Amino acid sequence: MKELSPLDVYGLLPKTNCGECGERNCMAFAVKVVNREASIEKCMPLSSSEFAEAYKRLKKMLKPAVKEVVIGVGENAVKVGGKLVMYRHELAYFNPTAIAVDVTDEMPKNIVIERIKKTEELHFWYIGQVLKLDMIAVRSTSNNPEKFATTTKMVAENTNLPLILCSFNPKVLEAGLKAASTAKPLVYAATKDNWETTAKLAKRYDCPLAVFAPNNLKLLRNLVESLLKNDVEDILLDPGTVPGDGLADTLNNFAIIRRCACKRGDELFGFPLIGVPMTVWFDSAGTAEEIVKWREAYLAAMLIVRFADILIMHSLDGWTLLPNMILRQNIYTDPRKPSAVQPGLKTFGAPDENSPVMFTANFALTYYTVASDIESAKINAYLLVVDTTGIAVDSAVAGRKLTAEKVAEALKKSGIESRVKHRKLIIPGKAARLSREIEELTRWQVLIGPKDSSDIPKFLQEKWHTN
Amino acid sequence: MPEFVPPVEAYPGKVVEVKLGATKSEGGTRGKTVIIGGEKTPAFYTFEGATPHPPVVAIDVFDMEVPLPKAVKMHVKEVMGDPAAWAKLAVEKFSADIVTVHLISVDPLIKDATPKEAVKTVEEVAQAVKVPLIIGGCGDPVKDMNVFQAVAEAFAGERFLISSITRDMDVERCAKFIKKNGHVALSFTPMDLNMARELNRRLYNHLPREDIVMDLTTAALGYGLEYAFTTMERARLEALTGDLELAHPMSSGTTNAWAAREAWMKMAPEWEPRELRGPLWEVVTALTLLLAGVDLFMMMHPAAVKAVNDVVRQLTKTSVVNVNAERIAEWVSMKVYGEDGG
Ligand code: B12
Ligand code: SF4
Repeated sequence: MKELSPLDVYGLLPKTNCGECGERNCMAFAVKVVNREASIEKCMPLSSSEFAEAYKRLKKMLKPAVKEVVIGVGENAVKVGGKLVMYRHELAYFNPTAIAVDVTDEMPKNIVIERIKKTEELHFWYIGQVLKLDMIAVRSTSNNPEKFATTTKMVAENTNLPLILCSFNPKVLEAGLKAASTAKPLVYAATKDNWETTAKLAKRYDCPLAVFAPNNLKLLRNLVESLLKNDVEDILLDPGTVPGDGLADTLNNFAIIRRCACKRGDELFGFPLIGVPMTVWFDSAGTAEEIVKWREAYLAAMLIVRFADILIMHSLDGWTLLPNMILRQNIYTDPRKPSAVQPGLKTFGAPDENSPVMFTANFALTYYTVASDIESAKINAYLLVVDTTGIAVDSAVAGRKLTAEKVAEALKKSGIESRVKHRKLIIPGKAARLSREIEELTRWQVLIGPKDSSDIPKFLQEKWHTN
Repeated sequence: MPEFVPPVEAYPGKVVEVKLGATKSEGGTRGKTVIIGGEKTPAFYTFEGATPHPPVVAIDVFDMEVPLPKAVKMHVKEVMGDPAAWAKLAVEKFSADIVTVHLISVDPLIKDATPKEAVKTVEEVAQAVKVPLIIGGCGDPVKDMNVFQAVAEAFAGERFLISSITRDMDVERCAKFIKKNGHVALSFTPMDLNMARELNRRLYNHLPREDIVMDLTTAALGYGLEYAFTTMERARLEALTGDLELAHPMSSGTTNAWAAREAWMKMAPEWEPRELRGPLWEVVTALTLLLAGVDLFMMMHPAAVKAVNDVVRQLTKTSVVNVNAERIAEWVSMKVYGEDGG
């Protein structure tokens, strides 16, 4: 598909340069809109009836290749899809893969509750963000509507996480939908056998609907077409996750669908994708549990890389989920901007005039790593965050984004000279080669710190004396 | 609505094939050779064409005792300090396709071992195993050049992969001794496609394209993996659209995954055990880059190596024509075995 230029957007804006959108002029706004840094709703004049037609055309022009679908309600609702591009470097990926954990209507109640709690509570602090799991998939293994209704009700009462209601039996699905009618769950799934009834259910309860056609893209696409004809608009696609000898086909299907949507403008495939790594559990009879978890974990990783918008998992072990939570965060960062933190002086604990002064880079990963090392050792210290344009210490030293001049300037600006009596600066071990120059420019004594900030506590114990 | 046809594209470019190792009849002493590269489609878009050569794993062997994460060390502690025994273990027990001999001890800041001693180490390893070898340096550009030259000359004709040639070396000199003695260059640049192109161009003055593999730098999961992934994915896509300077097989120093603290550190109980988390870190780093187009993985943990080999086998198998998707057709109602009622 043709790449959008700011001029395409500009042409449809009011062109009065009124500045209501917060930009200097319409052209600046158009650039932001094309880069997806501003939405056209911010241009107030555009909402007047005079521009109704232009607004409509802009909306169409900016429509993502993969539809954005919302599941759930309230602050825990997840947005999936909304992809503009197939490859990350073409712009950026939006709406990180949502990870769902399954429970069933035949699990004992205490286990269901335990799994929900664990799903809600599992979290990891990573470069200043908290990484979490997103959804609960309720599967009907009983195929019994009453049982499913009871479980779904209990789940809905115990969590605000969005739900996926899983059954191929419309009667079961309807029982679940009644039990969780206000939660706007994802209905999983329409198949070649049940699609007419499930389509009606999705409409009646105003819920998004998944389509499942394992390893059969033709069928999947036909089903989408039928659903659209029946006015179901919020659709998700599951082309099947077939582990083992089906891995190649699985990845192919995901790539074909995403290529059709992003490169060929195929609207029938322009919907978010569901991957189900937990299918390994049904393909591994007799295998040790640890190994199944291990396989589920790396299958999930491959699906995150290969375009999945939702994953349904069974293992709730932190060691299987952490790599995937981090991978997802990594792949969904915006490649156009480095992840940086605000430069400046930070304090830890209650530092006084004798407390150590150190500096670091303003790359988010660097800063949060160093900060958490200082915090967890309960050290009182000053940490000067130098603006390295969001680059890590040794890359920045090599790329001259971290120089003695920058350190000297940051030191001066921070006002630290009036807060401490000593003149000793601890520098990262990986910036050792700047030490002489820093000493010359600042007249501070430089102490070369360890290469890894986890050794800071030990280093201070051995080397920090102010007199 | 017209009938659905999978969207197959035609690519003008093709990744060059590079042969590692040489058998007796080819002028070396290896028992087998390994060919990497040759792709004509993005990684594992097998609906467009088969993967010509399955990606392979080289296992790291160090020429002296080095600090290793506990999860790795437990598998190799018997052979640490004995590179020949380590190489044998890597091939016989851990199924390495290739062995990387890291000549750490030549580092002037470590043991400053001489090029002659390095040659001796390589000799021992080459005797112990018959797979192709990768010769790794210590990171000091001047010392590495001297060591690489000595090894290249002592093992002329073996098609060792010399790891690696960097921009701060005398690239012309390296290219010449690699060419003259029949080896292969690993062209290493830090995540920058222009730099990669430039270094490759300098190598072309003396080396044919078939003698160059490139390493665009691997950062660990959580520590910049996305930069590595995107750089490699771009390189491969550009190679396929006809950029010859990037149309080389890609190598990844996947062992860098262990630089991530979360790979080796003891963490809160919900993230344990690290004996499983660590190797999984290496696997996830590898598989992410596998899907970007990496052809050669330098790895460390045996379980991680096995996982990558398993996945590669699944992705390149040709025997199964019709996958039986029926077995997952009822997944929503299937019970996970071994779990109470669930
Ligand atoms: C990701 C990466 C990049 C990314 C950077 C992303 C970013 N936002 O930083 C990109 C691709 C942009 C990049 C670019 C470059 N990179 Co780079 N990059 C890396 C890589 C793979 C990881 C770096 C990283 O994220 N580390 C993690 C962070 C947390 O580490 P850190 O900031 O150093 O912090 C640690 C320590 O320094 C210490 N610490 C930090 N602060 C403090 C403070 C105190 C007081 C103490 C005691 C300790 C301490 O603790 C922290 C935790 O361990 C490394 C290789 C590697 N595997 O390490 C190469 C590497 C750092 N890069 C390198 C180079 C050469 C470059 C470039 C110059 C290449 C180029 N010519 O373009 C550019 C420079 C960029 C610029 N404009 O300045 C080299 C540096 C070699 C050297 N030492 O001279 C490396 C080592 C790769 C290599 N072997 O060639 N790079
Ligand atoms: S609010 Fe609209 S009309 Fe006004 S400057 Fe911004 S884009 Fe232009």
